[in-house]
Amino acid sequence: MEPRATADPLLVLERAEKSFGPVRALVDGSIELFPGEAHALLGENGAGKSTLVKILAGVHRADAGELRVGGVPLVFNGASDARDAGVSIIYQEPTLFPDLTVAENIYMGRQPTVAGRRIDRRAMNAAAREVFARLGVVLDPARPARGLSVADQQIVEIAKALSLNARVLVMDEPTAALTGVEVQRLFSVMETLRADGAAVMFISHRLEEVYASCQRVTIMRDGRFVRTAPIEEVSVDEIIRSMVGRDLDALFPKSETAPGEVVLDVDGIGEDGVFSDISFQVRRGEIVALAGLVGAGRSEVARAVFGIDPRSRGRVTVLGRELPGHRPRAAMAAGVALVPEDRRQQGLVMDMPIDQNMALASLDRLATGGLLRRSSERSLAVEWARRLQLKFGRLGNAASTLSGGNQQKVVLGKWLSRDPQLLIIDEPTRGIDVGTKAEVHRIIDSLVADGMAVLMISSELPEVLGMADRVLVLHEGRITAELSRAEATEDSIMRAASGLTSGAAA
Amino acid sequence: MTTSTSAPRSAASSRTPLKQRVGGVLRARETGIAVLIVVVFVAATAKNEAFASANSVQQLLLGASLIALLAVGQTMVIVTRNVDLSVGSVVGITAYVVGMSFRDNPDMPVFLGFLIGIGLGAVFGAITGMVVTVFRVPSLVVTLAGLYLIRGLDGLLVDGVIINPQSIPREFQRIGYETVLGIPVLFLLVLAVVVIAAYVMRSFRSARDLYAIGSNPAAAELAGIPSEKRVFTAFLVSGALAGLTGALFVALYAQVDVTAGRGYEFLVVAAVVVGGVAIFGGSGTVVGAALAALLLNTIDQALVASRVSGFWTDAIAGALLLGAIAFDRSLSLRIARRLRSQEGAHRDV
Amino acid sequence: MSETVVRPEPARAQEPTPSYTGVDTTSKAWWKAGIRWESALVVLLLLTLVVGSTGSENFFTGTTFFFAGLNIGEIAIMALPLLMIVLIGEIDLSVAAMLALSGAVMGVLWQAGTPFGVAVAAALLTGLVGGALNGYLVAYLGLPSIAVTIGSLTLFRGIAQIILPNPTTTPFPSEVATLGVLPIPGTQVPYSLAVFTVLAVATAAFVHATPSGRSLYAIGLQPEAAEFAGIRVTRVRFGLFVLSGLLCSLAGVLFALKNSSASYSAGFGLELTVVAVVLFGGVSIFGGRGTVLGVVLSVAIVAVLQQALTQQQVQAEVQNIVTGFLLLISVLVPNTPAVWRRLRDRVRTPPTRT
Repeated sequence: MEPRATADPLLVLERAEKSFGPVRALVDGSIELFPGEAHALLGENGAGKSTLVKILAGVHRADAGELRVGGVPLVFNGASDARDAGVSIIYQEPTLFPDLTVAENIYMGRQPTVAGRRIDRRAMNAAAREVFARLGVVLDPARPARGLSVADQQIVEIAKALSLNARVLVMDEPTAALTGVEVQRLFSVMETLRADGAAVMFISHRLEEVYASCQRVTIMRDGRFVRTAPIEEVSVDEIIRSMVGRDLDALFPKSETAPGEVVLDVDGIGEDGVFSDISFQVRRGEIVALAGLVGAGRSEVARAVFGIDPRSRGRVTVLGRELPGHRPRAAMAAGVALVPEDRRQQGLVMDMPIDQNMALASLDRLATGGLLRRSSERSLAVEWARRLQLKFGRLGNAASTLSGGNQQKVVLGKWLSRDPQLLIIDEPTRGIDVGTKAEVHRIIDSLVADGMAVLMISSELPEVLGMADRVLVLHEGRITAELSRAEATEDSIMRAASGLTSGAAA
Repeated sequence: MTTSTSAPRSAASSRTPLKQRVGGVLRARETGIAVLIVVVFVAATAKNEAFASANSVQQLLLGASLIALLAVGQTMVIVTRNVDLSVGSVVGITAYVVGMSFRDNPDMPVFLGFLIGIGLGAVFGAITGMVVTVFRVPSLVVTLAGLYLIRGLDGLLVDGVIINPQSIPREFQRIGYETVLGIPVLFLLVLAVVVIAAYVMRSFRSARDLYAIGSNPAAAELAGIPSEKRVFTAFLVSGALAGLTGALFVALYAQVDVTAGRGYEFLVVAAVVVGGVAIFGGSGTVVGAALAALLLNTIDQALVASRVSGFWTDAIAGALLLGAIAFDRSLSLRIARRLRSQEGAHRDV
Repeated sequence: MSETVVRPEPARAQEPTPSYTGVDTTSKAWWKAGIRWESALVVLLLLTLVVGSTGSENFFTGTTFFFAGLNIGEIAIMALPLLMIVLIGEIDLSVAAMLALSGAVMGVLWQAGTPFGVAVAAALLTGLVGGALNGYLVAYLGLPSIAVTIGSLTLFRGIAQIILPNPTTTPFPSEVATLGVLPIPGTQVPYSLAVFTVLAVATAAFVHATPSGRSLYAIGLQPEAAEFAGIRVTRVRFGLFVLSGLLCSLAGVLFALKNSSASYSAGFGLELTVVAVVLFGGVSIFGGRGTVLGVVLSVAIVAVLQQALTQQQVQAEVQNIVTGFLLLISVLVPNTPAVWRRLRDRVRTPPTRT
């Protein structure tokens, strides 16, 4: 399955540029996709991959550059133009209609009809079944899309692309939310598509997947094309260096600290169908990482400790004080802070001003005599904007005007201003540009050096390895390994995360 | 739903029963309402035999017809995640205009009465649809404003002069009281609209677009569905049907004053929601909504016939509505849980 | 996703420059502050006053003020809790039905010989219970408030109809009967308006100057983020519906006193007027935006307008038209620039394919 270098490329994007106001999201977006190849697009978050994908999708229009599909220069003015040109996009969050059937989702707007232009449901379901058969998966076309797993939703999207005779399939981090079995199924589907002569491009942060399934990689950094190479010609180290643009050490400052007293003591907590029998401790001056695949229950554990999610068994104690379940306020009063996974949905009120966001978790402390003064909110925000080196226009601007990294600083400021004893931080640097990433790491490191206890969840293994003093690995809601900093390696974590305690690695 | 295609179904078989159960539950909404109608009917008849008399049944069907007709249009709008609160006012003003046309032109043919009603209603629907889609203003606010504006216009037009039966030609009034094989003509007309609308909503692409828009607006945009056009059409049809309702109002009551159609908006929305249409769009059927209108009216009449007290009607309708949405909620939670556990089982395989 | 500092060269990432730009001095352009909706409402209020005075010589009199206040009083009171409910992204359509039901409860008990104070207490209790029903269904069962309150609207008025089929005829005790129809002695202020004023000040203080008030905006804009900031979203939702029920029942008592009789049909259709007043006050139907000042101004405009039109013997229908028109412009005007831009872009960008 070598890429046919002699064949003409199916799709070429050359020197595409895209700016949003003053922000240059894409400076030089270039990629070539050949028929029958699986092509990985790699880069740090903020490297411009998503912008490039959206240009291919017709969602954004490039400010400059050229797009050729099958040798013909094209301009996409909308999603339907891309679709008509045979380019199908599968987004990270599949966009299905939950109330409609699987078959209707596939054929929306193109339902097979009979005389009088009425929809032929039998033919539609049969056609959907046929597409699923081609993909080698089993899914009932007549069931509603509501309740499908993310993996099945992706399959529906792929089936849609296939039914559109798409020759170029672009997938934005398709494996991020899948279990191991589902990833295998997805790769076999991709193999099928490739065998049919389609080009598959996908974004992934899991390099082992890239090596397992791709023929070529293209690497981007800071909105620019860096290089394209056959996968067998580049090593992991080379890829990472190209992505990050410098050595890794600088990204993960790590001060040596001696762990102190136990801050968080989790004893056998569980919640049916989510996680069970979770016990661990976090001490002053140490970072404990929760590692594992997406869906292993890491965030759920963190949220249950903080009290957002319920837990039905076990005890959580913070500095000797037992926390009641499902009561975030009690956790906050005990000195716990949670920087959540989804900054835009959970961390910030995007349309609220920056200063009000920073003060949102401290309103009760800021009030004097029950009354809240704008000036006290403002001074809290000014103080933490300075300490965290926030880059902003006005503190009265909506949080949505900030870049991802600065948004994360606002969330950090919101919680650090409460002077917490335990900081739970879920995906501390997701969607943040490299420079700010290092800054966030430095902030966390200095907090720990000052004696804070940190529980960190991260899907980025380098971050886990670079930052954590201890690593707890979760698999399907259970802790499968506890690794010291010395024991933790990419391999040992991945094994435990896949549920393998011994034997061959995944 | 089984077809003869020999697609691999081995593993699917574990899901099919569930899907059938889900589908069955959804269909059960219409069945459930129908059963309730029968239960109420039988109970009321047991208490008072006259309830089952031809005359009483005719009244029952006629009383439900106008709201059922409005429920058809409202369903189309609500399915797209919008709402039309102006229908009551549109009924009022079209009824008056139709009545006025007959009063001022006694020789006007009957079909023109309908045409005027439908046309005027469509104009109001088109204006609402334009404002909602072009200005992207929440339809709740626009149609609330429309409710007042149109009611005000109606008041200016009526100006204290009531249309009375003498102004309405016999042939037109006949639609309101004549029967075919004992079934009121007006009811048959509404039935025809319901059947056609149900068929269209199920079988045409543009109608399925309405469900898609309400189910996931962003995805509808990505799928290239002309959302604005479709939403506009839904409001247009809702307006036209409200206009038709106005014309039928004249035929049925032969008397129009400024209060005609007042308060219908809530009756209609209540019927639509009881009928299983999700208030935030995406699902529900025209048949369910129309049946719910009939159910609400049956309860109404049954209470009167049982001499309990006609005053109980509203309280029961309200309780029924609250019960219906609470029931829907618990049902969807249960289905979601079952699907999830099944998904989990599937994953473990 | 906009970043204010753009790095032209990746190399610069190696040594992060001191990037603190926290000098927050840029002030908002004065004209931007000037076109806030509240300012527009002030202008509109002045305009209505001018229109009112040109139409009638006796416009700027205490009597005008009294009747304007008397007519709007209950609507104004009900608008305050509704404002907060709309702020958190919900709606309560049962307000007028609760007004009728609580009035009916009071009327029935009074007619049956219960002491007046007890009857009033029962009316207020009715409001609490009804509000708690709405709140429970919305906050704890997670049902859409629009559907719930359409249901309870019908239910409340239905119960009122059952317990009080005909309007009460027993006069209320003389010492309170005057509360509904006479101003506070020595002034031209009707009691209901005085109650509203006190409540409006309290609401403004609560919404704009307390932690809980701030959290209403957070809930309205992004309930999940509010939850993660430790705000008890469910409890706030429940509490606001209970408060709404209570204040509507208070309005119901005042309404009955004003009419010297309780009736199940009291305030029929008034829920939409209350909603219109709140929305016209600049409160976004999607939640998270709006001020008490805006709603107070909106109340004032509607009151003056109603009074002016009544004094000029304009039909009630015109008042409906004016209400509808005001409501429409309150949503159209803020959206117009965006629409204009979109239409222009559509013209400028022909769907071409090179």
